[in-house]
Order: sequence, then C-alpha cells, then structure tokens
Amino acid sequence: MDKYIWLIPLLPLAGFVINGLGRNALPKNLIGAIGSLLVLVSFGLSVTTFFQIKSSGVPINVELYNWFTVGNLNVSFAFLIDQLSAIMLLIITGVGFLIHLYSIGYMHHDKGFGKFFAYLNLFVFFMLLLVMGSNYLVMFIGWEGVGLCSYLLIGFWFNNPSYADAAKKAFVMNRIGDLGFLIAVFLIFNTFGSISFADVFSKAAAMQSGDSTILLITLLLFVGATGKSAQIPLFTWLPDAMAGPTPVSALIHAATMVTAGIYMIARSNILFTLAPVTLEVISIVGMATAAFAALIALTQTDIKKVLAYSTVSQLGYMFLGLGVGAYTGAFFHVLTHAFFKALLFLGAGSVIHGMSNEQDMRKMGGLRGKLPVTFYTMLIGTIAIAGIPPFAGFFSKDEILAHAFEHSTTLYVLGVITAGLTSFYMFRMMFLTFYGKFRGTHEQEHHLHESPATMTIPLIVLAILSIVGGFIGVPEVLGGHHELGAFLAPVFEPSAKLTGEAHHLSHNIEYILMGVSVGAALIALLYAYTKYLSGKHVPVADNEERHVLAKLSYHKFYVDELYDFLVRRPLDALSVFFYKVVDLLGIDGLVNGLGKGSVEASKGLRLLQTGNVGFYIFMMVIGIVAVLLYGYTLIN
Amino acid sequence: MESFTNAIQSVPLNHYILLSAIIFTIGVIGVLLRRNAIIIFMSVELMLNAVNLLLTAFSVYRGDAAGQVFVFFIMALAAAEVAIGLAIIVMIYRNTNSLDINVLNRLKW
Repeated sequence: MDKYIWLIPLLPLAGFVINGLGRNALPKNLIGAIGSLLVLVSFGLSVTTFFQIKSSGVPINVELYNWFTVGNLNVSFAFLIDQLSAIMLLIITGVGFLIHLYSIGYMHHDKGFGKFFAYLNLFVFFMLLLVMGSNYLVMFIGWEGVGLCSYLLIGFWFNNPSYADAAKKAFVMNRIGDLGFLIAVFLIFNTFGSISFADVFSKAAAMQSGDSTILLITLLLFVGATGKSAQIPLFTWLPDAMAGPTPVSALIHAATMVTAGIYMIARSNILFTLAPVTLEVISIVGMATAAFAALIALTQTDIKKVLAYSTVSQLGYMFLGLGVGAYTGAFFHVLTHAFFKALLFLGAGSVIHGMSNEQDMRKMGGLRGKLPVTFYTMLIGTIAIAGIPPFAGFFSKDEILAHAFEHSTTLYVLGVITAGLTSFYMFRMMFLTFYGKFRGTHEQEHHLHESPATMTIPLIVLAILSIVGGFIGVPEVLGGHHELGAFLAPVFEPSAKLTGEAHHLSHNIEYILMGVSVGAALIALLYAYTKYLSGKHVPVADNEERHVLAKLSYHKFYVDELYDFLVRRPLDALSVFFYKVVDLLGIDGLVNGLGKGSVEASKGLRLLQTGNVGFYIFMMVIGIVAVLLYGYTLIN
Repeated sequence: MESFTNAIQSVPLNHYILLSAIIFTIGVIGVLLRRNAIIIFMSVELMLNAVNLLLTAFSVYRGDAAGQVFVFFIMALAAAEVAIGLAIIVMIYRNTNSLDINVLNRLKW
C-alpha cells in the first residue's frame, strides 16, 4: 500500500491537468465524471490507508525524493500519514467527492464548467499536500496552494466586481496570516535545525515548558492559523467568500481549507503544549470569535451569510478546544463539522438553485413541501450543529465544553451561551426558509423544483454521516469508548505525557454539563419557534430602522468599516503620499533633474564650439599656459 | 669641430634662452594674431625652431647628444606635418578661395 500513497494527491492533480487543458474540448458529462471519479479513487486509496494505519498503528512515511539541500537544511519531498492525516484524508477526499458530485448538477448551466472542475481538483490536490506533508515546507506549499485556489474559486464569477473584490480580500487576509506561518517556519529551522515534523517534535519534547522561543514560534503559527481558519482579527474574508459558487463554500468553508489551521496546531500539539501562554491566547481568541460570529449570525438575512458566520463561530469552538488542551475534542469537531456544515452549505445551494439564485431568506418561506429532500437533510444538519443529541455535533461540542469547564468557568459559560445562539440562528434560518408562506415572486414560485439526483445524493449521504458521525467519539460517561480518541492517542501522546494524567470530571458533573448545553440549545430553539414560526416574524427590510443591538449585529459590528478606517485608509493615504511626494517629486524629480541639468549644461558648453580657429588656438595656448603653471607649482 | 663647440660655449647659456624665448614668443603672437593660414603655419614653425635651438644649446652645454637627437625627430615630424598641413590648406583654398581663418568657421555645431 505504501507504494501507492503518492497517487492520492496525484490523481486530483491529473484531473486538474486533464480538465484544465480540455475544458473547452471535452463534453460536460465527461469533465464532471473525470473530476469526480479521480477524487473517488483517491478516497478509495485513503480508506485503504486508513485501515492499514488503524490495524498496524504505525505511521506511514514515504520519502519521494530529496528536494533540495542548502547549507545544513535538508528538505525532502516526503509524506507522513499518521492517524491525524489519515482522518483528514478521508474528510478531504470523501466530502470532496460528494461536493464534486453535487457540482455536476449545481454548475451544469455554467459556461465555466470545465474551469470550475479543474480548480476544484487543484484545490483537493493542494489540500491533500497540506495534510500529507511530513515537514513544514511541504505543508506550506499546500497551505499556499489552497489559498491560491480559494482565490480562484471565490472569484470564479470574476465579471462581477464585488465578487472579484471578495476574492482579493480573502487572498490578502490569508497572506497576512501566511507571513506569520512563514516566519514561524524560519524560526523553527533556526531553533531545531530541521523542519521535518519528526525531528522538530522529538527535539521539542526535551525542552522546557514556557520556553520563550517556542512561545514566539507558536504565536506566529497561530497567526497563520487565524488567517486560514478565519479567527479574530482575520475573519472577515470568510463571509465575503460566499461570493463563490456554493459548492466552493461547502468545500472551502466546511471540509477543508478553514480547518487547515486547526490541523496545523493539532499536528504541532507538542510545541503548543510547551507554550501555555499561547494556549491561553488561543482559547480566548477562539471563544471570542465563536461568540462574536454567532452574534452577527443572529440577524443576517442572506442564507449563505448565516452559514458563513456559523462556520466562523464553529471554528472558534475548535480553537477553544485546542486552547484548553482538548486536541482530540477539537479534531472531533473538525470531523463532525465537516459533515454537517458541508451538508448545510450544499442544502443552501439546493435552496438557491430551486429559488433561481435567490439568497435572501426574507423572500423564501414555505419551501418544505417543494424541496422535501433538501428540507429533511438540512433539518438534520441543523439539529446536528445545534448540539442536540444524539446527532454528531452534540458529542464533539460537548467534549470541547467539558474541557473548557475544567479549564475555566468563564469560558464554559460563554461557550454554552454561544451554543444557545447557534441553535437560535440555525433554527431561525430553518423556520424562515422552509415554514410559513412563500414570500418570493410568482415567477420564483412557479419555477420551484427539487434539485437533480447528483445534488440530492450527496445531501443524503452527508445527512446520514451527520446523524451517525458522533458515535465514533461517544464518551465513557454515556457508555462509549471514544474510539476516535483512542485512535488519535498516539498523535497527542507527547502532549499528554507533558501535561500528566488529565483529572477527570465526575460523571455527575458531566451529566449536568450535558444537560445545561442541551437545555440552552432547546430553549433557543423554543424562542426561535415562538418568534419566527408561531409569531410569523420576518426580518425587516434593509432600510428600515432596527433596534440598536440588532443594527450592530446586522451590520457585522462594523468590523469591515473599522478595518477600513484603521488599516485601509491610512495605507491609502500613505500610498498617495509615497506616490505624490516620494515618487513624483523625489525620485522622478531626481532622475529628470539629472537629465535636465546635463541638457542645460551642454547648452552652455555647446556655445564654445564656435568654429572660429583663432579662438580655438587661443584656448589651446591658455591651456598650455595653465598646464605649465600647474607644473611650476608642482615643482615648487 | 672642437673650436666650433668652444665657440658656442663661449656665448653664455642665458643668451640662447633669451633668443629662444623671443623667437618662441614671436611665433605665439604670430599664431594668435595673424589670420592667414600660411603665416600661422610659419609661426608654428618658428616656435618649433625656437625649441630646437634651445634643445641644441642645452645639449652642447651638458655634453649630452640626446637633445640633438630629439631635434632631428622634431624636424622630421615638422616636415611631415607641413606636408599634410599644406595639402589641407591648398584644398581649403581651392574650395573657398580664401585663407582667412576667420572665414573658416564651418567646423562648428
């Protein structure tokens, strides 16, 4: 099996090449089939790899070739498949395949069909590279690659300037984070003399907790993670990224790219465990992001925006989990979130498809009967993300919250409140979209239809996964063995050794914690029910007056405006200053001044050329006299 | 030959220097002030010969033949220069019917 591992990323790359070159020549069905089937084969290989690791417990290390050697830096292009990356492979290729399948139906009428599939394949390739790399550099290639692909895909409909702007925003914000990551990699090499995971982690394990270099490295890595995983302060790109086609939103925002930050931190868990200050920062930033994004999601009216802020919020949860040392819990949430968020996004895409590209929930309503498959699958996704047992989200969220409780009561309380908010805005979305009376135009109502099978099959598969996905991590208190935890244990073992035996909560407290979070979710559900279903409340139009808090939330707390004021305008002013003063006056003035000066000087000198022989001779004599005088002064 | 050398040496060196300076100055003034190209040419010759005279005098006084060898070189060069220079002057005259150097001011921008 080891021999074929390189095929896993290579197949999507081949798909990219074939579809990219043949995008105009090949028929649509063939393009869709190539793009999807290659990812499916990768998925098959990933499953085999997964079971091999599950049975042997030994990570697979494949060294393809020695990439380069500079000084004492030796980088090889090598893959490391351990328990962590094996699961990521399953998510990327599995969920990725479903999204490809879905795209065949969703993008069928788009004239950029071939290009779209080429980009999707390339995206999958880079994401696989990111999780398979056995050193920070290969990881970084994937890291940059998914950034590039997200730029290409968000700006897929680049004829619309605001979409192109959204793509640029995502690209720039990601670059800010990437700078942090890159510096961290340099620092890692400087500190450990190697960038391969095996060397770095084994050397790090011998270091002292609280070491200042490690603190700096981990903080910089976290900066990289905030960019990719949309955390405060670099989160505003993700909601804007909804400009891309919906399958992209599902692929980027649910399954893969945004979880890269969490994957990277989980991968480097030993470094982070050695830096308690960074962990503290991560948990606070994660919690703040989770709460903040949830507050914004409460009042959004665009169905995809609600989901986007929900993603930001859930990613905040994952960081909270990482910060309080619940690496397994955070990763568990990555896994379950991949299922239900991909499901919700694809469901939203199905709604938008049925509504003829309408995304405003105020114009929906009563879709339950018209889009039954979409409705039931999305309902499952909503229950899962709201944390209502026994669906997937409950187990992973509860694990994070339990660890947060051990760590600090404040974090736990905020976490439960956020869970309640999540439940509220998700059911608000469901009630507004699927219940009540239809509020769209007559034409839209007439056109309403359930999506084709290529779109509903992925929904159904993901819905099943959202129901059962949580059972791989059932905690002991509920009679489970937490199989995911046991499977991942080798990856987090060094950290576990450092922190010592975790003190377990008593079963009674765990029951209470679960009850509290489920209670919060149910109360929020009930409130959403009374307000939007029995109360028939519909969010007011954009120009109508809102309550102060609602206004703040609806306008996303003016974060974009704040960045605009704090960053963009000063930078613009600075650029104008550099353009007008430094460039036009300074540099141009200097260069043109030199030119003009020599022209003027030549004009004067030119007059000496009179053509008058007598004058020439006179000048010559003066010259000779001057030379002689000079010689005379030299002698004396 | 001996008596010839003696005869030269009986005249003080200062007199030779003075004579050479006078001739040279006449040459310079001629070059600067006259407008006829041929006269200027002759004045240049005058300057060259002033230098030649001085070189010869120094050579005799120091008993070193090198100075006189240089005089031969200068005379040879002057002859070559005159050959070319006169040819140029003749050509100029044929084209312009004049040897006034103030008229020949076409060699300018």
